Amino acid sequence: MKLTLRVWRQKNADADGAMSTYEVDGISPDMSFLEMLDTLNEELILKGEDPVAFDHDCREGICGACSLVINGDAHGPERTTTCQLHMRSFEDGDTIDVEPWRAAAFPVVKDLVVDRSAFDRIIQAGGYITAPTGAAPEAHSTPVPKPDADFAFEHAECIGCGACVAACPNGAAMLFTSAKINHLNVLPQGAPERETRVLDMVAQMDEEGFGGCTLTGECATACPKGIPLMSITGMNKEWLRATRKAGKR
Amino acid sequence: MARTVWDSSVGKKTVMAVSGLVMLAYLVVHMLGNLKIFFGSDEFNGYAHWLRTLGEPFLHHEWALWIVRVVLVVAVVAHAVSAYQLSRRDIRARPSKYVHKRARASYATRTMRWGGIILGLFIVWHILDLTTGTVHADGFQAGHPYQNVVDTFSTWYGNVIYIVAMLALGLHVQHGFWSAAQTLGVGSRARDRALKTVANVLALVLTLGFVSVPVAVMTGVVS
Ligand code: HEM
Ligand code: SF4
Ligand code: FES
Repeated sequence: MKLTLRVWRQKNADADGAMSTYEVDGISPDMSFLEMLDTLNEELILKGEDPVAFDHDCREGICGACSLVINGDAHGPERTTTCQLHMRSFEDGDTIDVEPWRAAAFPVVKDLVVDRSAFDRIIQAGGYITAPTGAAPEAHSTPVPKPDADFAFEHAECIGCGACVAACPNGAAMLFTSAKINHLNVLPQGAPERETRVLDMVAQMDEEGFGGCTLTGECATACPKGIPLMSITGMNKEWLRATRKAGKR
Repeated sequence: MARTVWDSSVGKKTVMAVSGLVMLAYLVVHMLGNLKIFFGSDEFNGYAHWLRTLGEPFLHHEWALWIVRVVLVVAVVAHAVSAYQLSRRDIRARPSKYVHKRARASYATRTMRWGGIILGLFIVWHILDLTTGTVHADGFQAGHPYQNVVDTFSTWYGNVIYIVAMLALGLHVQHGFWSAAQTLGVGSRARDRALKTVANVLALVLTLGFVSVPVAVMTGVVS
């Protein structure tokens, strides 16, 4: 396959960026999108040019490091991560636009790499449980009803990639935050911090400068792990419950 | 607690949902009341008069009406202020646009802000036209709403302003009602179909009900 790429190039956080055009040839349809970019970078290095910086780690769709907006879609045209997107999703001769996640809370570090530490701070605000460390406890000592376990698991699938923020016209982190809150709040292990978790994580989310939800549903469409839009409804419900309880105290 | 709610983006959205639902409930009653115009001037004017005596003798003359007015003003102001503040936050959170553009979200979803502004301007014009008579077409007569309504809808601009606003209202309610359910945490997968149906029915019935009045005046059914 022969492709024309238009890639966002930006030297550093303070520099102005712009789209640069590159031609790549000899791309196999079985390559992943990142392997295609590796091919481009090898050519750039041989020519003595600066390779395109992009985030990646596991390359098997579980770590959440890869993050590219491809032709206007976070993680590209398929419902998967960029590392699991294959070139067979494109046609020979296509022009492909590659841009970084766009949000005030995710500043560009270089080229296609953005700083997602705002997510880490949301997790630090309450995305944990209080539990003794050491050997794994006996699984049967804390029974969890099957529907609750399924619900928790569905939300635990979030890999923290930030595609939801990139896709949202308001740069909102609601889907990520709600996935974490719903995951822990439904489980007995998460019960001690049920109220503080939702209040503190939502407050941190606001503090980081993310926008709010206007229920456009772009986040859930972009999410590679299929976190449902209704997850946000669940977070709102938990937030209202916690606020009422805090008011009574 | 009021502070926590107002300072949080989730809390402010709750204010927007509750105030929106208060206005929505009022609009359903208002629309049904307007339909009385089809039964002639005596019945319509009589209904308007009854609204002023509602609650007597427990309430003083017009008190019920004033209570409704105060609740509505509070709702409109709370709704508009939270809409403005949340929209500012949303715009700031996404300062750079993507180079590669593509269509996003449904029409009703994308027009909530512009639709809201149209509704806000309409509310002001509507009160100046049919409540105070300040911008009324000709010879506003307090206590004779039937004649005033016919006068308004005998002007081309009266019809245009009103019908555009009611179409905006339909779109706003279609996305707004369902959104409010999510904001208040009462939406769920099992209820989603029902909530969307209620939103569509409310939007359609409100728009058709309100628009039927200018159409009736234009076609001479009401004169
Ligand atoms: C003063 C004029 C108005 C303005 C500026 C305004 C603006 C807005 C905005 C910006 C939103 C948020 C949209 C979004 O989340 O995408 C909204 C939501 C809403 N509006 Fe309005 N609107 C106005 C009048 C009305 C009226 C007359 C009603 C009554 C039917 C109404 C009912 C609602 C409802 C129920 C919501 C949903 C709240 C939620 O998302 O939780 N609005 N409005
Ligand atoms: S909710 Fe989905 S899109 Fe958002 S961070 Fe988690 S996995 Fe990524
Ligand atoms: S590189 Fe780990 S999810 Fe894509």
